[in-house]
Amino acid sequence: MSRIIMGIESSCDETGVGLVRLHDDGTVELLADEVASSVEQHARFGGVVPEVASRAHLEALVPTADRAFAAADLKLSDVDAIAVTAGPGLAGALLVGVAAAKAYATALDVPLYGVNHLAGHIAVDTLEHGPLPSPCLALLVSGGHTQLLRVDDIATTITELGSTVDDAAGEAYDKVARVLDLPYPGGPPIDKAAKQGDPAAIAFPRGMTGPRDAKFDFSFSGLKTAVARWVEGAERRGEEIPVNDVAASFQEAVADVLTAKAVRAAKESGIGTLVISGGVAANSRLSALARERCAEAGIDLRVPRPRLCTDNGAMIAALGAHVVAAGVGQSALDISANPALPVDVVSI
Amino acid sequence: MLVLAIDTATPAVTAGVATLAGDDVTVLAERVTLDARAHGELIMPHARDALQEAGVALGELDAIVCGVGPGPFTGLRAGIATAAALGHALGLNAYPVCSLDAIAAGVDTGEPFLVVTDARRREVYWAAYDASGKRVDGPCVQTPADLGHTVAAGDGGRLYADRLGVRMIEPYYPATSGLVAAASAALLAKAAPGPLTPLYLRRPDAVEPGARKRVTA
Ligand SMILES: [Zn+2]
Repeated sequence: MSRIIMGIESSCDETGVGLVRLHDDGTVELLADEVASSVEQHARFGGVVPEVASRAHLEALVPTADRAFAAADLKLSDVDAIAVTAGPGLAGALLVGVAAAKAYATALDVPLYGVNHLAGHIAVDTLEHGPLPSPCLALLVSGGHTQLLRVDDIATTITELGSTVDDAAGEAYDKVARVLDLPYPGGPPIDKAAKQGDPAAIAFPRGMTGPRDAKFDFSFSGLKTAVARWVEGAERRGEEIPVNDVAASFQEAVADVLTAKAVRAAKESGIGTLVISGGVAANSRLSALARERCAEAGIDLRVPRPRLCTDNGAMIAALGAHVVAAGVGQSALDISANPALPVDVVSI
Repeated sequence: MLVLAIDTATPAVTAGVATLAGDDVTVLAERVTLDARAHGELIMPHARDALQEAGVALGELDAIVCGVGPGPFTGLRAGIATAAALGHALGLNAYPVCSLDAIAAGVDTGEPFLVVTDARRREVYWAAYDASGKRVDGPCVQTPADLGHTVAAGDGGRLYADRLGVRMIEPYYPATSGLVAAASAALLAKAAPGPLTPLYLRRPDAVEPGARKRVTA
């Protein structure tokens, strides 16, 4: 008998409620994916304001859930389990989703699963491309995270190979956008400008690629500073800033490092599948370069469609379904949201 | 009618089950923990345990009452999110009440009084009530000062009794009886409840960035 899993996401600035069907053969089918975003309320601050995000989650949660059930043509009483993002993320924002999830689970008398947001970004790919081979490699890139992970079992066993030692890739995009007077969030406008620019125009540094650097860690802080220095130098000389060339060269440096390290990790561990997910996965240059390099190395590349790559409830429902299918025990009703939940803890 | 009451606007994490008949509120069971950092963890288990002790199934409830503050933001939202989701899942009305009114409903004094709670950052939330217990001023947030009253209920009064110039009276926290009493008119009228909108009384701390900082001298 198939089961319906409701997923609730509130770790950053998107309130997401997703519904999936877990089939008896273990496949997971997407039924609804509703998101309410507070991104516009943060734009003038140049980054997510936690209190603004928390307030928006509280307002949006029940209406978003309503929309999800309407979209799937399901009733709340059809739900067989609730999954919720328990971390990592913003403390106050996470708490809204976790509190609501506990109430839904209690009222509907179904098990509750507090799950890991980062694992959700990987699990969401199964909605589009089917079960994940074991093992596979995952590259998570977004405004909040940049991580290279080995996935032996999406429901239980994830190991971090490397992560950023400073800024997340998406954060670097936001900061560089500010330097170039482009709007927040910086990903889409930089991607757009870069398409008209020359990626080889400026040789920006590739962070953490020296012989003594950690093989699979990332650093984007130096790159961000190098872009600012270059722009300030041109301003001082009274030159017009070639925004498109700067954007293209910056984006090339990011995509180059991310894909080079991911492909190297796959080769060294003999892993044949790479999943790229997170908000930055929608970046056109990153996906193009990844496709090129994976094809060369004989690696099967999986990138969920952009709508699934950004934060949403469907990814949490999908992960919840895999956790349920694996027979993992449910979470207690007194669980805490954990802003620093480690990536190897898939459910709590 | 059977009512579940929830409040997380103060350090007290409170959930209880009561019956309301006319003006009579009878509390069947209540769970309270004083811990300003466990609202998110404890509020749902408290509601579940109170229901269990009262021998009431969630499906038997007629309504939910929820304190909507004022209160420190993160804890406050735990109770409101809980009440909102319970109301949604059970198809029940969830009635908002001012948490200071819920404290006032438990006050038994013959004179006008204040209800004062801790707003942190050396400020208090307060409201003023006449001798009959009707709110006549507030809710407001400000630094503690003489507000022209001689008695106050609420834990904020205890913290700043000197600067407020008040004598303390009970209760210090919202309780199930007070929450249900404060909502009784709306409950009995079976009126459509207003939205569960938190009484924040403060804007979020956020500053718009100034001019970009240069990285070169
Ligand atoms: Zn994310």
